[in-house]
Amino acid sequence: MAGDQHKEKGRVFSRRSLMMAGSQAVLMSALAGRLYYLQVIHSDEYSTMADENRMNLQLLPPLRGRIVDRFGLEVASNRHNYRVVLIPEQTKSVEATLDALEHYVPPGSIDRERVLKDVKRKRSFVPIPVVDNLTWEQFAKINVNSPDLPGIQMDVGSTRDYPYGPLFAHIVGYVGAVSERDLQTQEYDPLLELPEFRIGKSGIEKYYDKTLRGKAGLSRLEANAFGRIIRELNRQEGIPGNDAVLTIDKQLQEFTVRRMGTESAAAVIMDIHSGDVLSMVSVPSFDPNAFASGISSADWKALIEDPKRPLGNKAIGGQYPPGSTFKMIVALAALEAGVINAGHQVFCSGHTQLGKHRFHCWKRGGHGKLDLEDAISQSCDIYFYDIARKVGVDKIAEMAHRFGLGEELDIDMLGERDGLIPTKAWKLAVQGVPWQLGETYNTGIGQGYVLATPLQLAVMTARLANGGKKVSPRLVRSINGEALEGAMQPHPQLNLEDLDLGISQNSLKYVLNGMYKVVNGPRGSARAAKIRVEGWEMAGKTGTAQVRRISRKERIEGVRKSDEKPWEERDHALFVGYAPFDDPRYAVSVIVEHGGSGSGAAAPIARDLLQETLRLDPLRKPSYDIAIRRQKGGGDA
Amino acid sequence: MLRELGAKNVQLPLSRKIWEINWGFVLLICATASIGFLMLYSAANGNLEPWASRQMMRFGVGLILMFVVALVDIRIWLNLAYPLYAVALILLGAVEVMGVIGMGARRWIDFGPFQLQPSEVMKIAIILALARYFHNIGLEDVRRIRWLIPPLLLVLAPVALVLRQPDLGTALLLAAGAGIVFFVAGVRLWKFAVVIGTAIPAGFFAFQFLHEYQKKRVLTFLNPENDPLGAGYHILQSKIALGSGGVFGKGLLQGTQSHLNYLPEMRTDFIFSMLAEEFGMVGGLLLFALYILLIAYGYAIAYRSRNHFGKLLAIGMTGIFFLYIFINVAMVMGMVPVVGVPLPLISYGGTAMLTLLIGFGLIMSVYIHRDIDIPGKR
Repeated sequence: MAGDQHKEKGRVFSRRSLMMAGSQAVLMSALAGRLYYLQVIHSDEYSTMADENRMNLQLLPPLRGRIVDRFGLEVASNRHNYRVVLIPEQTKSVEATLDALEHYVPPGSIDRERVLKDVKRKRSFVPIPVVDNLTWEQFAKINVNSPDLPGIQMDVGSTRDYPYGPLFAHIVGYVGAVSERDLQTQEYDPLLELPEFRIGKSGIEKYYDKTLRGKAGLSRLEANAFGRIIRELNRQEGIPGNDAVLTIDKQLQEFTVRRMGTESAAAVIMDIHSGDVLSMVSVPSFDPNAFASGISSADWKALIEDPKRPLGNKAIGGQYPPGSTFKMIVALAALEAGVINAGHQVFCSGHTQLGKHRFHCWKRGGHGKLDLEDAISQSCDIYFYDIARKVGVDKIAEMAHRFGLGEELDIDMLGERDGLIPTKAWKLAVQGVPWQLGETYNTGIGQGYVLATPLQLAVMTARLANGGKKVSPRLVRSINGEALEGAMQPHPQLNLEDLDLGISQNSLKYVLNGMYKVVNGPRGSARAAKIRVEGWEMAGKTGTAQVRRISRKERIEGVRKSDEKPWEERDHALFVGYAPFDDPRYAVSVIVEHGGSGSGAAAPIARDLLQETLRLDPLRKPSYDIAIRRQKGGGDA
Repeated sequence: MLRELGAKNVQLPLSRKIWEINWGFVLLICATASIGFLMLYSAANGNLEPWASRQMMRFGVGLILMFVVALVDIRIWLNLAYPLYAVALILLGAVEVMGVIGMGARRWIDFGPFQLQPSEVMKIAIILALARYFHNIGLEDVRRIRWLIPPLLLVLAPVALVLRQPDLGTALLLAAGAGIVFFVAGVRLWKFAVVIGTAIPAGFFAFQFLHEYQKKRVLTFLNPENDPLGAGYHILQSKIALGSGGVFGKGLLQGTQSHLNYLPEMRTDFIFSMLAEEFGMVGGLLLFALYILLIAYGYAIAYRSRNHFGKLLAIGMTGIFFLYIFINVAMVMGMVPVVGVPLPLISYGGTAMLTLLIGFGLIMSVYIHRDIDIPGKR
């Protein structure tokens, strides 16, 4: 009986253990099945997730393209920014390391509070910036002493540098941090999200931002679960930005700024054939380097509140009544319309009557009898009242537009203003009242509604001097040595047939002769400012623009001399001119805000500028972009 | 051969016993442990220090212990079963009073030079005690409920104590291991149904009293992707490691999930994920094959044993071994909640290794003494 039970016990055990083995086999198969499910069926998904875990993409900001003057002189470049960073995990005491570092850096350059805050906030292997913009000497000294500075690491970044500071501030502009608005308005570029990335904020830096910016490189890094970088998997270098070659001649630009002195003034010098702007100056200026590294609010306030407006580019954004510099346009309009010929004469008695209004000439006693050339050279207002009345404001406006006034010239820069050339339709549309004849009189002498920028006046003069060709101003000659599309070839391979403004050479001749007499005639308004070098003679036109209307009372009591008035009430002084008269090459426009009179304040400056331009004559030297092309083995070697 | 020696009261000479050691079984154990050494070598980025070498030393000590256990007469183990159980239970109780707190639970007793985890001792003791109990009673008694009350108490007492530590994984392992012995002893199937039927609602009830971290583990198990940065992170990273390993794996030392620390606890509980990442499904299945062979040995030995105590002991020990494997692998593959159960012979850790090797020693002892007939006490 016991034996039977023993056997039965064994049988039950065998059966049960077989069942147990079976169920364990099923469970093992489930594990194998799960393994298959994860490692074969869903392998790709999990591989992707594993890569997402470990891969860390880092953008490598490209080196920003340089901006050079027409001879290759760097006016905006990239400077090494020597920095010191701290890696907290590599030092026992952050405080002690900072104390030690104090001996090697300029006092006060470590913002301890911020550094300590960053140390607390970030993981201990993340480098924390401590000091920026060290000199090479300081940098080297810290490097040598690095054994005493645990946790300190040296780092070389790149900062935009403007070696000539204020000299090119308005042309080149400056770069700054990407703002919220930039992110919204600009085309998406991952670079914009880098905290240290800088983009062009004004001037050429802004207009050619994309060209200068380059393409970001990419570094694929492997990071562990704590974010520590283990190694670089691969690296795709970025493409550096293109260099922009300006038309500006740094030497001439420098001369212009110096010649302007402390005035609030603007000047533009341009090649009348190619349109190259050789110098464009607006003074006073500011230091763009302050913007690249972040400007203090006090400095910013000072710039904003300065009555001479250093931040604005007056050469393209300042709008002034052109005054008598507008008279060439009025004369051409009358000649081309056929309402007068060059022999047309007017008697100037010092004033003329229109209804109840009396219009004065600037010369109280009057000029007597004048023809067109005399009227230009002596800048007689009565003559121009007369011919303006004859031709009408709309014809004058049409002529002004042909010479580039009243519209943007599409120079490669933002902030350009239209100026204003009034017409009858314009007044009705804007003010809702019909045009008055008296307003035609004012337009005839470049006052009233008429406004122009110094750049427009330079372009006007260039178009007069080059025989009525529609030359357009440009600031950038080439990008990386490749001439810009649509840009005109420099003198003398000039082909301006298509650009003819359709002015008869005859009409032009009288006007240009008048301009010659302004400077070189015995009674010319700018006879004191003639160029005395033979073959370099200048022709031009003075302009004095009233800032406020001269009241009747003042006329009776005698018009005060300009320099007796407070600065902000003095007249603007203007001069436009070109040289040499016989073989014109360069045009200039100068405006001195509240300078008094064109002949006194602006003409001597313009004379000096043209003389210096001719002396330097940039076209005779090999230009930078041609040199680059030769280096690259292409082109016309 | 042994059969000729007669069944009762036979003492085997030591030389004979050594001859009878199942060397194939030993070889399988060593092969499996070697995979563990390799993974620990990889975990240290290609260094034997600090883990692989220490693990080898422990394995060496454990192996000696295994042989000693194997050579001890099975009847001595039978006699020691209840005293060992009593000692283990007392130690478990002592943990309550003087245990060392580690990892948020009280599991260790500090004995100066070494630390003891009584729950590990209990894993062996409970199988021995149950095997002895069921060896002694007849089949009819097994089918009577009143005869089942003492062994049930034998199980419930340590399970309750382990739960209080609290160590959910070990408690489940003890209960399930005991269940296997009950099952092969011939307890009626409907009784299991009753026990499980009451255990599930009891489990729900007990869930309310679980610690917050344990509740969280159970809940995140249900949907780990819902909380990828919180508690579900471990399971998700483990699955990524496994899945990205593919069929052939990324190669030794090439596992990105493991070596870049995305994989948690890769030396201990999640070592299988690392193995499957570096050696792929091929590596995982190879390990399974070794495990299956070891388990098959366990069954074969149980089948060959003439005494019931040996059968139950071998099956119980093999069952505990299987449960370790299943719970750990299922956990790292996201099939069961994260419970701290190591992968046998592979995971870094001395206590579990010793427990396992002593268990294997007992299985080998069953084999060596397979033909000894031990009459039931009744």
